[in-house]
Amino acid sequence: MTDHHNKKEIDDISGVETTGHEWDGLKELNNPAPRWWLWVFYVTVIWSVGYWVIYPAWPTPGGATKGTSGWTQFTKLKNEQAEIFERQGAYLNRFHNSSFEEIMNDPELYAFANAGGAAVFKDNCATCHGTGGAGGKGYPNLNDDEWLWGGRIENIYQTLQYGIRSSHEETRVSQMPSFGRDGLLTRTQVTTVTDYVRGLSSGKSGSDHPGHAIFQEKCASCHGPDAKGGREFGAPNLTDAIWLYGESKDTIFKTVYDGRAGMMPHWKGRLNDDTLRQLTIYVHSLGGGEKSESVNDSEFGPITPGSEQ
Amino acid sequence: MSFLYKHQKLERNSVILLVCIIGAILVGGIVEIIPLFRQETVIEPVKGVRPYTPLELAGYNIYIREGCYVCHSQQIRPLRDEVARYGHYSLAAESMYDHPFQWGSKRTGPDLARVGGKYSDEWHTAHIKDPRNVVPESVMPSYSFLANRGARLHDIDKHLRAQRALGVPYTDDMIKNAESDAASQAHTGSDNQSAMEERYGTSLNVRDFDGNPMLVSEMDALIAYLQVLGTMVKFTDYEPNTSTAKAGEKE
Repeated sequence: MTDHHNKKEIDDISGVETTGHEWDGLKELNNPAPRWWLWVFYVTVIWSVGYWVIYPAWPTPGGATKGTSGWTQFTKLKNEQAEIFERQGAYLNRFHNSSFEEIMNDPELYAFANAGGAAVFKDNCATCHGTGGAGGKGYPNLNDDEWLWGGRIENIYQTLQYGIRSSHEETRVSQMPSFGRDGLLTRTQVTTVTDYVRGLSSGKSGSDHPGHAIFQEKCASCHGPDAKGGREFGAPNLTDAIWLYGESKDTIFKTVYDGRAGMMPHWKGRLNDDTLRQLTIYVHSLGGGEKSESVNDSEFGPITPGSEQ
Repeated sequence: MSFLYKHQKLERNSVILLVCIIGAILVGGIVEIIPLFRQETVIEPVKGVRPYTPLELAGYNIYIREGCYVCHSQQIRPLRDEVARYGHYSLAAESMYDHPFQWGSKRTGPDLARVGGKYSDEWHTAHIKDPRNVVPESVMPSYSFLANRGARLHDIDKHLRAQRALGVPYTDDMIKNAESDAASQAHTGSDNQSAMEERYGTSLNVRDFDGNPMLVSEMDALIAYLQVLGTMVKFTDYEPNTSTAKAGEKE
């Protein structure tokens, strides 16, 4: 292999100069890199200098250079958020300054709240309560008229803010005892009261049932003497056909024996107040929302669960 | 345009080429390595970030072992839609005790940087055992075996020691009590709680995470880890240093 610096050999076929290297009769054409490509490369090098000046770029002992524009991704985020809030402002400001009652009576605001609430619900609530709010084992159905802690707008708002048995200090708390595990009832008694509770919804369990006395002594303080539940303790109504954990004998036995302590996280702090209020209205609208007392007093008559339909 | 052909001189002279290659690598290396020596200038100190408890660290190890990072990221970028969905963007300080960090690079599942406290323990247990049980459209595999396997705690103190070697401020006291701390964190109403709080701070989740008090399972460890993610910094009293333009100046 020899270099021929001075003699430029021209390839016959392509008319291009060769490098002069030859391998078994094969020669390499000395095509330069495309000039347009090379120029673009030089331009990008020059461009980068401008970039260093305008944007944060170089690390220095005292921190990175800031750039003349003062750009940071955090101010960019702030501006983008401000833009959206401004766009929403037409509704959001009115929403922010309106009480629940005013929002419910303003179709435009009500629609705004529902739309926002629906989006937040899918992101945060649907994982447990289902995309349609139908719930599941251990996660209440939000479409029906049965509420553990109340279905008025202010009840729902409180539940959403502080959760149930959550880590927030203002959380809703109640404790279904582990009647069997903690020895409050014998195994036989648990079986008896399980049978009694199972018969309540079909009307099979009367005061002559052997479980009646146990129920009155141990369960009635929260679930009520008529077993219709109590919202101040989040105690479910046992006379209807709605079962949070299931209606099988084994499930109810386990509930009485070990207790249940479903937990709902608190959302205050994670979601801002406007979002929480939108969510409240959305959940209230799902089907079982109840009228608030103040509204009821004035024009809707006495409160009955599910009176909104 | 004769200067466009000058590179031939460089390419035909191996000594000049070698010197130039060394120079290029040197510059590239320095640019990448030197900033790491001044990392404290880019990690904004934030109140509340603490090292993982031994049980959380065991969960973190399981998270890595099972490759959760392949489908889940732990990095909320400062973009409007991400902040709207996941919460406050991640701070550098929030992953400063992760060795290795779990930022991830792909989201087949959602970001987990702030999953702590978002769902109940029961939900996590049900979801990890069979994701489709609670999220019908999920494509996540089942990890039900975690509930039946005891968490590996007998040598967890060595993990703490290794993390300390990497700069996590674990104290001798933490390392000495690592195994018992790990076991007791998975028990509701543990009498070790106050001692643990003295070591790790008051915002600890001490409870039976997987609903099985008979076994400190890998499920316990993993849920303990998940429930602390993104919860250490209290954003109600966090004042973001948004203007990095002022970070270096002493005013």
